[in-house]
Amino acid sequence: MDVHTRANWTLSPPAADASTEHAAEQPDLCLHEVSKKFGNVIALDKASLTLRKGSIHALLGENGAGKTTLMRIAFGLIRPDSGSIDVKGKRVDFASPAQAIASGIGMVHQQFSLVPEMTVAENVALGGRGRYDAKTTARRIEAISNRIGMQLDPFAKVKTLTSSQRQKLEIVRTFAHDASILILDEPTAVLTPRDIGDLFAQLRKFAAEGGSVILITHKLRDAIDNADDVTVLRRGKCVLASPMQLVDQGTLALAMLGSSTVTPPSAPRPATNLSRVVVKFDDVFFEDERRVARLENASLQVAAGEIVGVAALEGAASQMLGLMAGRLQPTSGTIKLPTAIGFVPEDRSEEAVIPAQTLIENTALANAGARSRMIDWHNVRTQTTHIIADFSVRASGPTAAMSELSGGNQQKFVLGRELKDHPALLVLENPTQGLDVHAANAIHEKIKAAANDGTAIVIYSSDLDELAALSDRVLVVSRGRIAAARPDKESIGSLLLETAD
Amino acid sequence: MADITLLADALVRSTPLILAGLAVALAFRGGVFNLGAEGQLMMGAAASAAISIKLAPLMGPSVIVVSLGGGAVAGALWAGIAAELKRRFHVLEIISTIMLNFIAIHLVSFLVRGPMQEPTRIYPQTESLADSARLPIIIPGTRLHAGLILAVLLAVCLHWIFKHTAAGFRVRALGAGPNAARSAGQIDIAVLSWRVFVMSGAIAGLAGAIEVSGVTFALYENISPGYGYTAIAVALIAGLNPLGVIASGVFFGVLETAALALQRDFGIPSSIASMVEALLILVTLALAGLRGYLAFLAPRERTA
Repeated sequence: MDVHTRANWTLSPPAADASTEHAAEQPDLCLHEVSKKFGNVIALDKASLTLRKGSIHALLGENGAGKTTLMRIAFGLIRPDSGSIDVKGKRVDFASPAQAIASGIGMVHQQFSLVPEMTVAENVALGGRGRYDAKTTARRIEAISNRIGMQLDPFAKVKTLTSSQRQKLEIVRTFAHDASILILDEPTAVLTPRDIGDLFAQLRKFAAEGGSVILITHKLRDAIDNADDVTVLRRGKCVLASPMQLVDQGTLALAMLGSSTVTPPSAPRPATNLSRVVVKFDDVFFEDERRVARLENASLQVAAGEIVGVAALEGAASQMLGLMAGRLQPTSGTIKLPTAIGFVPEDRSEEAVIPAQTLIENTALANAGARSRMIDWHNVRTQTTHIIADFSVRASGPTAAMSELSGGNQQKFVLGRELKDHPALLVLENPTQGLDVHAANAIHEKIKAAANDGTAIVIYSSDLDELAALSDRVLVVSRGRIAAARPDKESIGSLLLETAD
Repeated sequence: MADITLLADALVRSTPLILAGLAVALAFRGGVFNLGAEGQLMMGAAASAAISIKLAPLMGPSVIVVSLGGGAVAGALWAGIAAELKRRFHVLEIISTIMLNFIAIHLVSFLVRGPMQEPTRIYPQTESLADSARLPIIIPGTRLHAGLILAVLLAVCLHWIFKHTAAGFRVRALGAGPNAARSAGQIDIAVLSWRVFVMSGAIAGLAGAIEVSGVTFALYENISPGYGYTAIAVALIAGLNPLGVIASGVFFGVLETAALALQRDFGIPSSIASMVEALLILVTLALAGLRGYLAFLAPRERTA
């Protein structure tokens, strides 16, 4: 891609092979049954996506569903474990993004990949070959900017630009590299509504001229209004692929959040006595470090033995869960919490366990901050043996390193550790994410058993089926507000969507 | 008897390496990259010399305790500068501690030519320490002093703390998984890492104080031939295990002493030993890096 010497570029995609209609039918990009594992975590499980020429294709899914991983594979940043990629009918095997760019693929990442100390023009020229000429590049940028309605000063240093301007620069740069297939990862997150309108108008024009676009987003509205086709990923699997006219918002939301083939609820749980209140929030207000309100006027109660589900889009509930687990302090309002709280965080390998240490040491890690003097390792070993037996953790023994365990067994171990002292409250974040069905069911049974023993359970899950199957009642958190929902998928889903926009 | 003398010399050389090695091992175990043992050792030596010279006439034999304690405090304060810079302004300790090494070295150089210079004002060093401020010799007829016993005791003590106490376990958890230590362990990791930093500085300061009170009996420039840097290799080769530090400290002590003897007796340049040392450091770092690379590659390669 020599961006500097080719003066007469256009925004329109490079002319298609004049050959035949057959070429027009050929999809621009076809990902076929792509699988990828990171360690024990299955990121993609035979995911497929077909991008029609001249179309805008929305790729939807919750956090961690595998959207970004799939697109990074298409862009040559990650190599898949299995599966195939065809670009314009030609089988490819990208070893690097440079090869993907040479095939006409451009990607705008969610995290900016710009050099702050360099100018706009220099950033656009990065990755090009030949002599760098500031004036030529600047003319190019101005021409692109005018075409797509995104004004940028080519000689401004990137560090002086706002997030919105940086996002525009990322898009302009992709156009400057003559991409005919554009991948945009959450492009609208930092744009103003007007810029968003302009962007979609330009994408539409780009597609009409024969280019094609993949739009990764979690904003259903953007996808429905602008895309021609849609693919939905959940837990690395492709759960829906369809032209956009054939689906509505409800179908998409349910596809993103829950499957229709989940295990039926097991035996009904005994009615709980709601009089023993374990958690009490009174008019709680929480601001994050950037002084953005994350929770407002929250008042709620959780009783012993109750399973309360929490539903939220894109981590909107993480502050509430942190407060509930005693890991965060409210900005104002009062919170009554029990002294013994178990916590199963979402990021298991980073926050719940120390992979390099043994199971015994990981048992001792719970309440390590409160321990004093000596550690009775003999006692901790006994506890570890019990956790391994009671929660059927598959491990070579208590002295095995945590990293030797599979994700499911790590999670069973964490749950066992957090429950070993019979805490009054257990807070869980996506406890079965990345686990197979058997491990997930085992976790579910243990959670219910703990509730039956009188532990109050607060469980956040991005899987609505899981929430519906487990919860006695559900709280929906959106934009810092909490609303109550009945524990079935339809009512949670509709409440989530109502409050989201 | 020459053999005993040579062995004693090697152990004398090993003592500061073991102590500074323990300082580095403690810091690294807790995830604090204190590369400033050299500077902390110099400040410990300077403080210890000052205390011994000023207080020896007033205090009698107990001055040695105060002098060693003062050295440890000085080392802790010197490390405390870097620890505060890290806590308040997120300054990388890898950079700040090395910079502080240079400041410490030149500060000592200034002291021995200025306020602390011996009365005749001829040599760039302090006056000699009174006998009461010197550590006792443990093998008569050699230079081997009680500092070695202190070093070994401290190593055993640290090993025991890591293995059996809650505080030691917290330090290990902090180094092995800071986020899990904070979230699952409910450990205040900012405070703990500050403490580890300062404790590490105290041990390095003690190394300097023992060097002055047991070997040189005066403060002068170049009192440390890079003990604080060799200590990094000592700690890494020991796998950050305090008991292992005793062995690797003695190994490096023997290597350096033997090199000096070889130069003296056979004219083999002692820089050969420095080269061997540097090579060992590189090989150790490469092995440690490779091990870390292999261990962390799989789980760390994660995307949103």
